[in-house]
Amino acid sequence: MSDRSPNDAVSGESALFDGAARAPEVDAARVTGGSPDNTHDVIISLEDVDVYYGDFHAVDSVSVPIREKEITAFIGPSGCGKSTVLRTINRMNDLIPTARVEGSVTYHGVDLYGGNVDPVQVRRHIGMVFQKPNPFPKSIYDNISFGPKIAKYDGNMDDLVEESLNRAALWDEVKDKLDDSAYALSGGQQQRLCIARAIATSPDVLLMDEPASALDPIATLRIEELMYELKQDYTIIIVTHNMQQAARVSDRTAFFNIDIQNGQRAGRLVEFSETATLFTTPSEKTTEDYITGRFG
Amino acid sequence: MTQSITTVDLTGDPRRRRKERRVRAIFLAAGLASIAISALIIVALSGEAWRFISQVDPAALFTVGWFPRRGLYDIPTLIIATVLIAGIGMLVAVPLGLGAAAYLSEYASPRARRRLKPTLEILAGIPSVVLGFWALTFISPEIVQRVFTSAKPFTMMAAGLGVGVLITPLIATVSEDAMRAVPTSLREASYGLGASRSTTVRSVVFPASLSGVVASLILALSRAMGETMIVFMAAGAVGGALRTFNPLEPGQTMTAAVASLATGSDQVAGEGLAFQSLFFVGLLLFLITLSLNSISNRLVRRYRNRY
Amino acid sequence: MSITTRSNKEATRREVDRAIRSGGGDWRPLAFQGLLLLALITSFGILVVLLTDIVTNAWPTIQARGFSFVTDGLSLNPETAGVFTGIIGSVIIASIVALLAFPIGISAAVYLEEYAPDNRRTRFVDTTVRNLAGVPSIVYGLLGLAMFVPLVRMIGLGGSTGGKNILAAGITMAALVLPIVIITSIEAIRSVPATIREAGFGVGATQWEVIRSHVMPSALPGILTGTVLTLARAFGETAPLLVIGVATGYFAPAGDASILDRLTGPYTALPVIVFSWSRQTQAAFADTLAPAAIVVLLIVLFLLNGAAIWLRNRAEKRW
Repeated sequence: MSDRSPNDAVSGESALFDGAARAPEVDAARVTGGSPDNTHDVIISLEDVDVYYGDFHAVDSVSVPIREKEITAFIGPSGCGKSTVLRTINRMNDLIPTARVEGSVTYHGVDLYGGNVDPVQVRRHIGMVFQKPNPFPKSIYDNISFGPKIAKYDGNMDDLVEESLNRAALWDEVKDKLDDSAYALSGGQQQRLCIARAIATSPDVLLMDEPASALDPIATLRIEELMYELKQDYTIIIVTHNMQQAARVSDRTAFFNIDIQNGQRAGRLVEFSETATLFTTPSEKTTEDYITGRFG
Repeated sequence: MTQSITTVDLTGDPRRRRKERRVRAIFLAAGLASIAISALIIVALSGEAWRFISQVDPAALFTVGWFPRRGLYDIPTLIIATVLIAGIGMLVAVPLGLGAAAYLSEYASPRARRRLKPTLEILAGIPSVVLGFWALTFISPEIVQRVFTSAKPFTMMAAGLGVGVLITPLIATVSEDAMRAVPTSLREASYGLGASRSTTVRSVVFPASLSGVVASLILALSRAMGETMIVFMAAGAVGGALRTFNPLEPGQTMTAAVASLATGSDQVAGEGLAFQSLFFVGLLLFLITLSLNSISNRLVRRYRNRY
Repeated sequence: MSITTRSNKEATRREVDRAIRSGGGDWRPLAFQGLLLLALITSFGILVVLLTDIVTNAWPTIQARGFSFVTDGLSLNPETAGVFTGIIGSVIIASIVALLAFPIGISAAVYLEEYAPDNRRTRFVDTTVRNLAGVPSIVYGLLGLAMFVPLVRMIGLGGSTGGKNILAAGITMAALVLPIVIITSIEAIRSVPATIREAGFGVGATQWEVIRSHVMPSALPGILTGTVLTLARAFGETAPLLVIGVATGYFAPAGDASILDRLTGPYTALPVIVFSWSRQTQAAFADTLAPAAIVVLLIVLFLLNGAAIWLRNRAEKRW
């Protein structure tokens, strides 16, 4: 991987796009991610994953390998199940009483749905950042220290808070007001705080569920830069409906779509490959239609 | 279509405007009725209360007990009993109410919640005369007198437990509302960091809902101090009570003192200062509950504006 | 973080496997949940015991008397005493409440939600209403005794009781529930989407026209829910009546009394009967007649509450 920032190659204008104003097509020349060197091991592997909400078949037979220290993007139209798949990886779906997961999700070869696996422990290894910034109504410091505290972290908490905020590129902005309410921060700062909060528990993997969709373009850009830096240390999976974002930051992209069979709607994986390949020479017609803006 | 519109056309029908003004005035008058009631309460209470306080011998306000017909107006007797009974009630209701609220809000399935919450609301509407009767005929003989064999049939303990039963559903429903008002995104953030459900409830949901929960507790306290029937029926001491801190003795709260004076066989006529003392106690009660309620309302407003 | 290198992949797998398993289980979260559940069960359990105890004690009377217990008037003879006098009293009080508190309360809510500017005066009225809702009921009794009893006497309806009659009681109860009517109506009106108002103004309707034909019909189920709950409150409230001279003992039910005599003479109400029977010297009154009166009272309240919940569910389905 080169070490240039993902935004060097992005012209100012396209960086300002977000999902609401989807580009009619993605210029192949602007795809900057997507040339992984295949030296990374598979860390998470989804095989034939089906998700049901009660009788509703939300996700049908999805298989994706996730490689370590890469950014994998899940893209697709609304309701295609990409967030649902993401939430199977840290068992957030367990919180919905009617949700049922079939198939296998392994992490370092361990079945995450195996007997007596504790979802709480899983989430300490696989952190999550949500669509809307959701800081706790506590101080900035307490937001960061929450995770380490419940994991009984016994090191120096001040150092950990500083380091986490540093990694999330927020330290310089908040170092003088760590005791202020997190609600006093701007939306973009709040989201970086949430990323810092996730990092503070030293997870292996970061799941990001449309982390920039509630932010303005400039804040979005900062989050993307941050993700680029974070992948030195973390495996990142990002769900986005913003194709430019996927093209800019990810190494590999999975395209999901809503599939209607026998009158039943279900989310299905259409294509998974290196980002550059997926955006320039997609092998499926539906992928091409979607990335060129013919539907979605 | 091409006719020009003159300014006269835009002033509208004067009859329609007059009607609009009349309707508005009627509604305004109704709005002011609530102010009028507050004013009436204050006028009604303070007039007689003032006559009491200006004529009573100050020494009579601190004696051995509350015996208005004998000229003994020991205010501490009433306040001690009021606080004691409300305190026993809170001791029962706070753990039960908060526990029930937290379980309903955070653990119960949506289906169970849909059934249990309205049931709880109905229970919150059980008239206090029913609980007073039950405190007297069940709580006192079956619980208080079994645990404390020396206890009399009328005790502040029995009344306090009855008050606890009265305010438990109140605490449960209002606190549950406050806990449910905590956005799901905060719970997800907590789970996403590897917090268990119990950690999430204790460290995220509970602090975030704290102002609403505290508001429910203050509301319950105010309700407990203002409760009449349970205390009047189960705490005994009709006509008067000696000053005591012992919950196993009969006692008279501020509310029961008013009810007792008003229902006595000789009724409250203008004799002596007994009639006036009733209004003085009422004013005291009004001011105490009013301050508790304003604190509670302020807290509720704060948690409503939070998210 | 650097636990994964190719050489010790299997070691990593084992390490991760160990880390994410619940190591035999921490008992504390379970204990916490258990405690909460215990609180919930106890809360409901107490009320089950209460209802069982009351119904068990009431059973002999219900069995022996059947419906005649509801249709018989007050009597000193436990064999023939019934709650009819109290039901009539409570119904009259509830009617006065409906006549006074509902129109004033709903109008006040309309003013506060639709007309009043958001200024200090409005906030003061709003705060006052909310505080009034928490004033102990016995204080309203004192208000009635000092203000409404003389008022009733002044307008010549004092009758044989000198104003301590059901008219004064009804007015007092109306004052007591007024803040509750206002608050629940405000909440119902507030839940009407702004788009409905805008649609009305958009076609040139005046404020009153918008309220009458758009806001009120939409808010009506919610308002009705509140008013029904208010009636339940008026039915169950006892303390203020004690202060305004409700008959707590036996009094001769004037079977052939005129309506005016009924309104201005001695009166009683359903919950007051529970109270007075519980202090009757004859054991039968406290042992089984009072519980039976409670059962009648609770049935009335549960019906009113059920109606309110039904109305609310209907309202919720609207949008």
